[in-house]
Amino acid sequence: MDAPDQIFVLLKHAVVSWFPTPVQPWISAVLSIGAILAVYPMIFALTTVIERKALGRIQNRPGPNRVGPAGFLQFAADGIKSLTKEDIVPRAADSVVHFLAPLVVVVPPLLALAVLPVGRNMVALDLPETGLLFFLMVGTAVELGVFMAGWSSHNKYSLLGAMRAIAQLLSYELPLLLSTVSVVMLTGSLSLNAIIGHQSEVHAGVLLGWNVFTPWGAAGAVLFFIAALAEANRSPFDLPEAESEIVAGYFTEYSGFKFALFFLGEYLGLFAVSGLGITLFLGGWLPPLTVLSWVPSWLWFFGKLAVLMGIFIWLRGTLPRLRMDQLMRFAWQFLLPMSLINLLVAALWQYSTPWPHLLRWLPAAILFGIPYLLYHRAFLRQHPPRTYRYAS
Amino acid sequence: MNPAAAPRTFEVRPSPDAADPVHDGSLLEVSLGPQHPSTHGVFRMDVVLDGETVVKLKPVFGYLHRNHEKIAENTSYLGSMPYTDRLDYFCSLTSNWAYALTVERLAGLQVPERAEYLRVITAELTRLQNHAAVCGFLLQDMGALGTPLMYAFRERERILDLFESLTGARMMCNYMRFGGCRCDTPPGWLEQARSVVTGFGAFLDEFEALLSSNEILLGRTQGIGILPRELAINAGISGPMARASGVAYDIRKVDRYGIYDQFEFRVPLGDHGDVFDRYMIRALEMRESLRILGAALQRIPAGPVIDPKAKLRGFRPKPGESYGRIESPKGELGFYLISDGGPNPWRYRIRPPSFINLTILEDLCLGRSVADAVVILGSVDIVLGEVDR
Amino acid sequence: MLGGGILHGLAVTAKNFVGSFTDPERLVTLGYPEERAPAKENARQFPFLVFDGADPQAGLRCVACQICEKECPPQCILIVKSKTKKPDHLGKPQFFPATFDIDLSVCMSCQICVEVCPFDAIKMDQEFELATNDRFEGLLRHRDQLARPNAHFQKLHPTDAAAIDARRAEELAKAAAAATAAAAAPRKPAPESPPAA
Repeated sequence: MDAPDQIFVLLKHAVVSWFPTPVQPWISAVLSIGAILAVYPMIFALTTVIERKALGRIQNRPGPNRVGPAGFLQFAADGIKSLTKEDIVPRAADSVVHFLAPLVVVVPPLLALAVLPVGRNMVALDLPETGLLFFLMVGTAVELGVFMAGWSSHNKYSLLGAMRAIAQLLSYELPLLLSTVSVVMLTGSLSLNAIIGHQSEVHAGVLLGWNVFTPWGAAGAVLFFIAALAEANRSPFDLPEAESEIVAGYFTEYSGFKFALFFLGEYLGLFAVSGLGITLFLGGWLPPLTVLSWVPSWLWFFGKLAVLMGIFIWLRGTLPRLRMDQLMRFAWQFLLPMSLINLLVAALWQYSTPWPHLLRWLPAAILFGIPYLLYHRAFLRQHPPRTYRYAS
Repeated sequence: MNPAAAPRTFEVRPSPDAADPVHDGSLLEVSLGPQHPSTHGVFRMDVVLDGETVVKLKPVFGYLHRNHEKIAENTSYLGSMPYTDRLDYFCSLTSNWAYALTVERLAGLQVPERAEYLRVITAELTRLQNHAAVCGFLLQDMGALGTPLMYAFRERERILDLFESLTGARMMCNYMRFGGCRCDTPPGWLEQARSVVTGFGAFLDEFEALLSSNEILLGRTQGIGILPRELAINAGISGPMARASGVAYDIRKVDRYGIYDQFEFRVPLGDHGDVFDRYMIRALEMRESLRILGAALQRIPAGPVIDPKAKLRGFRPKPGESYGRIESPKGELGFYLISDGGPNPWRYRIRPPSFINLTILEDLCLGRSVADAVVILGSVDIVLGEVDR
Repeated sequence: MLGGGILHGLAVTAKNFVGSFTDPERLVTLGYPEERAPAKENARQFPFLVFDGADPQAGLRCVACQICEKECPPQCILIVKSKTKKPDHLGKPQFFPATFDIDLSVCMSCQICVEVCPFDAIKMDQEFELATNDRFEGLLRHRDQLARPNAHFQKLHPTDAAAIDARRAEELAKAAAAATAAAAAPRKPAPESPPAA
């Protein structure tokens, strides 16, 4: 019965068992690394095609439809194109740093992806003590790569892009961390497997206890994904590469495959941070209802990832971009206080366990509702509704 | 590529002026354009930045200069008509009209009523497609990834189809002639135009629902690039830009050229003069244009479309001068002609609205960020064909 | 409420996403080389020369009057008048263009040559796929490349062509009547029989 669920685990065990015992851990590691290196870039390739097609449909056009069936091999054409293009390094650039930057952008998300559990018993590197900490620490390293790219290119647009990137990534690091802290508080563990395990208790016979079904979890998830969009430089927070303002931001001076690597790194970062969000708030590889537990666990994880990607594409197709000062104000004046409130809500939730269920939601509603109304009033004061008159 | 051959150091040129903050490194001078995704053509903004704040901005244009006015002085009157298409290549029909109007005044030609109606219809359709596209471009500059632009282009496409079946070309229409229009409408064109006009209202509703109440858009546009009423008047700003600053100046109302006195329409005015007002004024103007179009398409009479006295070849107006102006979608588009009785104009001069509206760009952008400068430029609505001529 | 505008926008894009699958009014793009928009009768691209009958040489309507050459705003037409004359459709001897070149890289498709032509000899074609590797010779069209039969014109611009054909047939009938009258009063030699219009 467990066969579809555990198929990859069993397969790996079978392969590993062919080898003598001393080398088995090495083989196991190589297989896990190989799986990560194969699966996520493949998802990246498919995502780029689906994103372009979905954006096309949002904009009332078919999107890429020439290469392969319905255009789904477009990524192969793009890959070949970027590999065969000339790799231009500006004469004034710091060539060593310029070369290293795309690598520094790609490697940390791959490391972070290693600790994400994608299914039952399916995690490449299980860190029972420090899983979440490792993830967040590695994720921060991307900022270095972005800054290296912007600085070494010796281009004014790149420099502006790098400046924006550093300010943005550092500011959004904080709400991102704080919204994960609430989960850690209530789970009492930094291990991602333990966090998923904590969400597996069954409520009312059918519904699983995903964190997003609690007030602090729902708010935490919203805050987390807003911050995640900003961390991954996605629209509407794509200021470091704002095309209409600073051309391509920090990777203006990159061409060919290095340019593609930036894209790969960006999407891998997005997958990693979305995967973390799934693990923390959306129950990881758990199904939402007990009756659905026959669906393989890894399918749940990747299905949730696909849904999140769809939402991100939808947002990208709809929203204009913020300005730098608005972006910073949003991080420090909205996200940060809200995530601090969320910690309070999580604590109240923890200590109100004996209360009736509906009553437990009340403090959260008050604690989030009042600041929300205040923000709403402040916004209305700044941007009152306008009416227009006509010349007589 | 030989890496050893390339010098690896970047020379910092000695400052010609030691006190110049651009050269001592505390300010950054960036040349936005002429190849830049959002300068709307080959326009260049030389900006000096303090961080990201614009402390100096110099608009540089002329990259698209084609010597239009001098060429026109060496071409027959008719021969300049296709060149006027290429002034503001988004609104060739209004450029045609302005030129035809000026020559008609010079030569004293009468325009038949059906031709006047056709002129109003094509000009208002031009206004619709120009304003739709400009709003789309403005939101594109704000980073909305082309979605509003594509919706605007979807509707613009239907209007361009109308232009193609009426005039033979989608953008370079070359439709007006001195004393009327070149040809009558093909069968079924008016019904088609009516259905396009009906559908456009639904598009406007959708377009406004998409973004007009969007918090990000409000934050990005309200209070940005404020053009005070006095500056607008002093700098000779015209068109939607002046009206967004509260200047009640619409040549359709002031001059009542053509047959605009026969139509009911209102002139929307803004109170703040910021980017959002410029955007909303255009949206409201589109609704007024729809009203004009609805009436014009209903009332258009039968009859000839060109004055039979108008000569196509050997056209030599008697010596004199004339100035004709119309409300083009960008503002006051004027042509000034002096005839010495010959086949070519002796003097030919254009008052291009985009060019004059662009001159105050620095006043709007100072103290704002680069991102705002791009959006402000988008709200000015320039077409480089008209700016550089 | 705060955030409501964003949700509004999301609803609109969702509607368009679905609409582009279900509503052909929304998905307006065509898959170009395979699908094409129907040609409009008034559409114009570049000029061509009309000839009557089967022989492009004999039937060419152009009489090398050089009006279009003079009126062309970008001056993309070059005409060299013939030394000899050939009969036109009414049998009157007329010059014909020994050279008639149009430089398509200069032509701006304004249609002024068509409007000024008193002989209905130059009309606008609708062919637009003219890409070539040679931007000089490849885009310079000579007389024989420009000549197209009247049937081509009738196909592109049926309304225009019908009016012109009717007028020419009338002229021809008048000329024939004049010829019969002249034949009845035998003073001048009758003009030779005209080529079929």
